[in-house]
Amino acid sequence: MLKRLLQSEYLILALCVVYFASMAPFAEGFASGENLGNILSAMLPLLVVATGQTLVLITAGIDLSVTSVIALASVTGAMVINGDNGALAGSGFATPAGIFIMLAIGGAIGLLNGIIITGFRMPPFIVTLTGMMFFSGFAIWLTKSKSIYNLPPSFLALGKHTWLAGATALLVAVTGHLLLTRTLLGRWLYAVGHNPKTALISGVPVNRVLILSYVACGLCAGVAAVLITGRLETGSPVHWRSSLLDIIGATVIGGTSLHGGRGKLLWTVFGVLFLTLIDNSLNLLSLSHFSTMMVKGGVILAAALLDSARRRLMGGVG
Amino acid sequence: MNTALNFSGISKSFFGVKVLKGVSFAVPTGRTVGLVGENGAGKSTLMNILGGNLQPDAGCLSLNGRPYAPRSPHEAAAAGIAFIHQELNLFTNLSIAENLFLTSFPTRAGLIQNGSIRSRTVELLKEAGLDLDPDTLVERLSAGERQLVEIAKALSIEPRVIILDEPTTSLTARETEHLFALLGRLRERGIAMIYISHALNDVLRLCDDIVVLRDGEVVGSGARAEFTADRIISLMVGREISQLFPKRETKPREQEILQVAGVSQPGIVKDVTFALRRGEVLGISGLMGSGRTELARILFGLDPMMRGTIRLEGESIETQPPMQRVTRGLAFLTESRRDEGLCMEASIADNLSLASAPRQARGLLGWLDGSAIAKAVAHIREAVTLTASARSEQPVKSLSGGNQQKVVLGKWLLNEPKVFILDEPTRGIDVGAKFEVYTLINQLAERGAGVLIISSEIEELIGLCDRILVMSRGEVRDEVRCEAFDRERILKAALHDGYSHFTAEKGGRGE
Repeated sequence: MLKRLLQSEYLILALCVVYFASMAPFAEGFASGENLGNILSAMLPLLVVATGQTLVLITAGIDLSVTSVIALASVTGAMVINGDNGALAGSGFATPAGIFIMLAIGGAIGLLNGIIITGFRMPPFIVTLTGMMFFSGFAIWLTKSKSIYNLPPSFLALGKHTWLAGATALLVAVTGHLLLTRTLLGRWLYAVGHNPKTALISGVPVNRVLILSYVACGLCAGVAAVLITGRLETGSPVHWRSSLLDIIGATVIGGTSLHGGRGKLLWTVFGVLFLTLIDNSLNLLSLSHFSTMMVKGGVILAAALLDSARRRLMGGVG
Repeated sequence: MNTALNFSGISKSFFGVKVLKGVSFAVPTGRTVGLVGENGAGKSTLMNILGGNLQPDAGCLSLNGRPYAPRSPHEAAAAGIAFIHQELNLFTNLSIAENLFLTSFPTRAGLIQNGSIRSRTVELLKEAGLDLDPDTLVERLSAGERQLVEIAKALSIEPRVIILDEPTTSLTARETEHLFALLGRLRERGIAMIYISHALNDVLRLCDDIVVLRDGEVVGSGARAEFTADRIISLMVGREISQLFPKRETKPREQEILQVAGVSQPGIVKDVTFALRRGEVLGISGLMGSGRTELARILFGLDPMMRGTIRLEGESIETQPPMQRVTRGLAFLTESRRDEGLCMEASIADNLSLASAPRQARGLLGWLDGSAIAKAVAHIREAVTLTASARSEQPVKSLSGGNQQKVVLGKWLLNEPKVFILDEPTRGIDVGAKFEVYTLINQLAERGAGVLIISSEIEELIGLCDRILVMSRGEVRDEVRCEAFDRERILKAALHDGYSHFTAEKGGRGE
C-alpha cells in the first residue's frame, strides 16, 4: 500500500491532503471557507506562471526571467491604462489594451530569450538570469520605484474575482496540458528535453521548438501579470520579486525534472497546491517571515527527498 | 598450467529469471580466454559478479587457488582484477596521469605527490606502448590512444586478470594491431585475460581458449584449435545459420533517386559524386577518418558543405535543414545510437513514433491521433521483430543493444523513407540481431527505396551491397560492382595513400 502510494503520480496530492489534515487543528481558520478561498486565489497566478515554466523545464531549459516579466508587464500595462496620467486613461479600450500589452511584453521577452539561447547556443540559465536582472531593473527605473494606482475597474475585475481568475488559470493550465499530451509540439518538447541531438536527426526543428517554449513561458508570465496586477490593484515593479523559487520549486516538487524530458501539467498543479498550502498555513500561524522561510525550506527538502526515494524505488522495479 | 581464475557453478537469477545456470570454466595464468555469446547470454552478469557489482546465488570463484568473493568493485581491484570496458571510463577533462591515479593518489601528509605520479605514469604508459606526456588531457587523444590509456590504468593496479569488453569497436585497423601486440606482451608476462567480443575473427586470432555462453550456460569450451567462426556462431545461436546474409529478391531499378555531385567541404570531403538508384543497396567502405561518416552527415544536412549538389528525386535539397529532408523521405541511422539515435529515457513507443509524428498531426495546431500512433507503433514493432517481452511504455534504455537498434530502424521505417543512410548499423549487436537488421535492409530495398550503408566490416558490405564505393581521405577512390567484389581490392583502395598518411601520423609512437 505504502509502496504503491510512493510510486503513484498522486503522491504530492496525497501529501497535500495529509498536510492539510495535520495542520488544520493547529492553524486557526486553516479549514474555514474564507481561507480556502484565499488559498485558491493565491494559487491561481502561481499556477499560470508554473505552467509556462513546466514547458521550459521539459525541454531541459529553465526560465529565471519570469518574475521580471511579471514586474515589467505589470508596470508598463499600468502606466498606459491608469486613470491619472495613462495614455489610455478613461478610454473604453483601456482594459483590452492593458491585457494585450502585458501579454505582448511576456511574449516578446520570451522570444528574445529563445532567440539568444538558440542563436548563440547560450545556457538558458545565464540568458534568463541576466534577463531577469535587466528587466527587473528596467521596471524599477521606468517607474522610479513607485507603484501605479487608479486602474480601470473592469481590468481589476480579472484578478479580483476568483471565478474569473480561476477560469483564466484553468484555461491556461488545460491548454498547457493538451499541448503537452495531444499535440505534435508537445511530443517535440519532450524529445528535445530527452536528447536534442536525436531530436534534430529525427526531423524535429529543435531551435523553433525551444523558442516556442520560451515564448509560451513568457506569455504565461504575462497572463500572471494581469491576474496579479488586478488582484493587488496596482502596477508595481516589485510584484512577485521574491517568488522565483516558489515558481520553480512548485514545478519541480510536482515531479518535473530539471534535466528535461520528464514532467506533466497535472504534477505542476499538485506542486502549486502543496506550496500554497504551506505558505498559507505558516502565515496563519503568524510566524515571522524568516521562520516561514526556514520551515518552507525544510518542507520542500523533505518533499524532494521523498521524490528521489520514489524514483529509486521505481528505477529498481523497471 | 596454473589456474589464475576459476568459475565454478556460478548461478544468478533476477526477478525469478535464471540468467546464469551453473557456469564453470577456468582462466589459466598467461592465457587469454575468449568469452563469446549473444547479447543476453549472461556475459555481463558474469563479469559483474567477477567485478564485485553482483553476488552469485550459488557457486564460487577462486583466484590463484584461494576463494574469491568480492563485495564491491574496490575489493575486486584490490584482488588484482582489472576491467577495460567497451565504453571507456576515462575523464576527458583530466590529464592522463590524473586518470590513472584517480582512485589512489599517492599522498604525503594529505598532499598529492605530483612528482611520483608523473614518473609512475611515464612507466605505465611505456608498458602500454604509448609515448605521451602524462599531462596531456584525455580529450586530446584518439580512441585508440584512450584504449591504451585504459590499459595503462589497468596495469597500475598490478593486475592478475584483465577483462576486456569489446575493446576494438572504436579502433581503426592499425590501432587494433597495436592493441593486440600489447596484449601479446602482457600475456607473456603471465597475465591472464578474458576477452569479450562479437568480432569473432579477433577472438580466433587473439585467444588461446574459447568459452561460448548461451542462455546462461557454457555450451562450448576448449582450445582455439577446436573452433571455427562457423562453429562458434552455431553454438551461440543454437542452430546452424547456413547464410549470414539473407538474399534479396529484387534487382536495383533504373531510376536514380539520390544524385550527389561534386560535394566538397575543405578538409572533410572532396568532390564526392555518385548516384543511388531505387532498390539499390550501396555500400561505403573506408577507414575511420576517411570521410564516410562526415559525408553522411553532410547528405543529411547536419554538417555544412561548401560546394556541390544533392538531389533527392530530382529536387535540390542541399540548402534544406534536416527537418525538411526528413519530410522529403531521407532517413539516417547514425553510428551512435545512444547519443543520436534514441532518447534513452523515453519509452519505446515515443522513440518509434518520433520521426513520423508530423504525419499523424492534423490541422494548424498539430493535433495528434493517439490511437493511430499506437496502431502504427504496434505494427512497426512486429515488422522489426522487436522482442515481445518489452512493453511499449518501457524506457528504451532497458532493451539490449540489438533491440535498441531495431527501435531506431523502426522509427525510420515508420516514416517510409525513400533513401535510408545507415552508418555502422550492426555495431555492437549480436549475430541473430544482425541477421534481422540485414533482412530489414533488404525488404526496404525490395520496396524500392535506395539504401546507403557505411560499414567497417567489409564482409558485411560484400554480403549486402550491389555496389561499394571506397573512400579514403575524403575522396571516393574506387567503385566496385557486386560481380567483382574482392576484399583485397577494397582494402587496397581504402588504404590508398591514406595508409602512408596514417602511418606517418601514428607511427613513431610506441613502436
